[in-house]
Amino acid sequence: MEREKQRELLHILEENGRRSAETIATMLGTSIEEVKETIEKLEKEKIIIKYPAIVNWEKVDENDLVTAMIDVKVTPKREVGFDEIAERIYRFPEVQSVYLMSGAYDLSVVIEGKTMRQVAQFVSEKLSALDSVISTTTHFILKKYKHDGVILEKPEDDKRMVVTP
Amino acid sequence: MSMQQMTTNQRLSRTIQQIPPSGIRRFFELASSMEGVVSLGVGEPDFVTPWHMREAAITSLERGYTAYTSNSGMYELREEICRYLSSSFGVGYNPNNEVLITVGASEGIDIALRALLDPGDEVLVVEPCYVSYDPVVRLAGGVPVAVRTSLEDQFKLTPEQLEAQITDRTKAIIFCFPNNPTGSIMTKEELNALARVIEKHDLIVISDEIYAELTYDTDHTSFASLPGMKDRTILLSGFSKAFAMTGWRIGYAAGPEDIIQAMVKIHQYTMLCAPIMGQVAALEALRHGMDEKDRMVESYRQRRNYIVKAFEQIGLTCHKPEGAFYAFPSIASSGMTAEDFAEKLILEQKVAVVPGGVFGDGGALHIRCSYATSMENLEIAIERIDQFLQKHK
Ligand SMILES: Cc1ncc(COP(=O)(O)O)c(C=O)c1O
Repeated sequence: MEREKQRELLHILEENGRRSAETIATMLGTSIEEVKETIEKLEKEKIIIKYPAIVNWEKVDENDLVTAMIDVKVTPKREVGFDEIAERIYRFPEVQSVYLMSGAYDLSVVIEGKTMRQVAQFVSEKLSALDSVISTTTHFILKKYKHDGVILEKPEDDKRMVVTP
Repeated sequence: MSMQQMTTNQRLSRTIQQIPPSGIRRFFELASSMEGVVSLGVGEPDFVTPWHMREAAITSLERGYTAYTSNSGMYELREEICRYLSSSFGVGYNPNNEVLITVGASEGIDIALRALLDPGDEVLVVEPCYVSYDPVVRLAGGVPVAVRTSLEDQFKLTPEQLEAQITDRTKAIIFCFPNNPTGSIMTKEELNALARVIEKHDLIVISDEIYAELTYDTDHTSFASLPGMKDRTILLSGFSKAFAMTGWRIGYAAGPEDIIQAMVKIHQYTMLCAPIMGQVAALEALRHGMDEKDRMVESYRQRRNYIVKAFEQIGLTCHKPEGAFYAFPSIASSGMTAEDFAEKLILEQKVAVVPGGVFGDGGALHIRCSYATSMENLEIAIERIDQFLQKHK
């Protein structure tokens, strides 16, 4: 599939990962086989990594998770720099994401836990205890407005009249 | 004192009495009174104006830009429009005297006709077409003469059809490609063939190019860019469709100086100028909005592909629209009139479409379906239309 079409396909999937290959083929004006092959190839190349659902957990109260973003300062190691310590951190299942940052601290770590206490415990007992970690600053997220490009809780109603010229 | 009240007949001008109310109104009332309607009846983008254009307007309001602009519109905007027309469609205009910013393309249609027509002048209206051409010609004192295109010609206008309707009273012709409601376009060669007839009979062309940006398989040819045509063409366009800016009411007219300046005269005594907030947003759209425009076009194209195939699969003949965002399938096979079809469809299946007859008699056995709505809505609509067709076999 040509590059431009492939980019379009990615946009369609990003918008709705459950759309059938048949519909996508019609939308793009290509064959179903070509869509299937391209998706397989994109998955193999790790361009498509996963098909997640974006859930507004605040609406599902039995699963009221707390999220914290932690600024972590670390001492980089000879040869491996930040990579080794980053890996040690991202292997913890509580950790949702890890970014290497420029600026006042080195790693930005996102943690999800059932309670604030659980997150606090993780930070003090696991994260701070790592040899290379110099300091941590924990910020709890109070409310999510937009997540991974999706605005949560936006009134999406169509403001147009049903029929117009 | 005996005061006799004038009857409505006496009060209103004969012209206005002879103009029928919009054929869409009844459907609109029906559709709005029902819950759960999936609408393919909407002639405007389903996108909200991209944020940075809204942001530009908000910022300008904060800075206090709330006054009239020059009658012809902000100079910067006129300049930007000229740059755009030149780079995208290869037709050059002078921002000083060949461009006018209007209150939507709608105002442009109105004042172009008023600038041209004397009572009784005939204007060729290429049908099926946007609902306002015929009444606006009448309001300007002219006589609309329908030139019908048909499905067999993919709703393109042929030189023969055109020539057949020309009389010595014919002053101008108004058409719109890409077309509302059929979605058809005309290629450069096809337009050139028309240009020869137009030249021969010395007609003025009102070319409504409001959907110019929304083409899916080929690029748009602007009528004014054809050899010899710039001098007799009024190019009308605007921001409503390409940039999802229907509510801002900004359009423009570009053409030969004498006609544009005549239009400015009417505009300055009636509208004064287009709203400044809209002009600011439009300027931002032209300067920084092309990526968003392209994304919207991409999305319309995907939905066009889907809806055309889906119509074929459920048994409605539909030519492939190459522009705008309307599909115009034939419902002849159902045995119903389009009015009947549309009314039953909304009552039984809650899908709103527009019966083709409101766009001129040539559209009588078609329905207009706008695909400016989400893929999810299109899928539901197709399923419901399919059920409807099964039931009325
Ligand atoms: C062919 C055509 N011309 C003009 C218009 C009106 O455009 P504007 O919003 O710029 O007045 C429309 C709107 O539906 C249209 O379909």
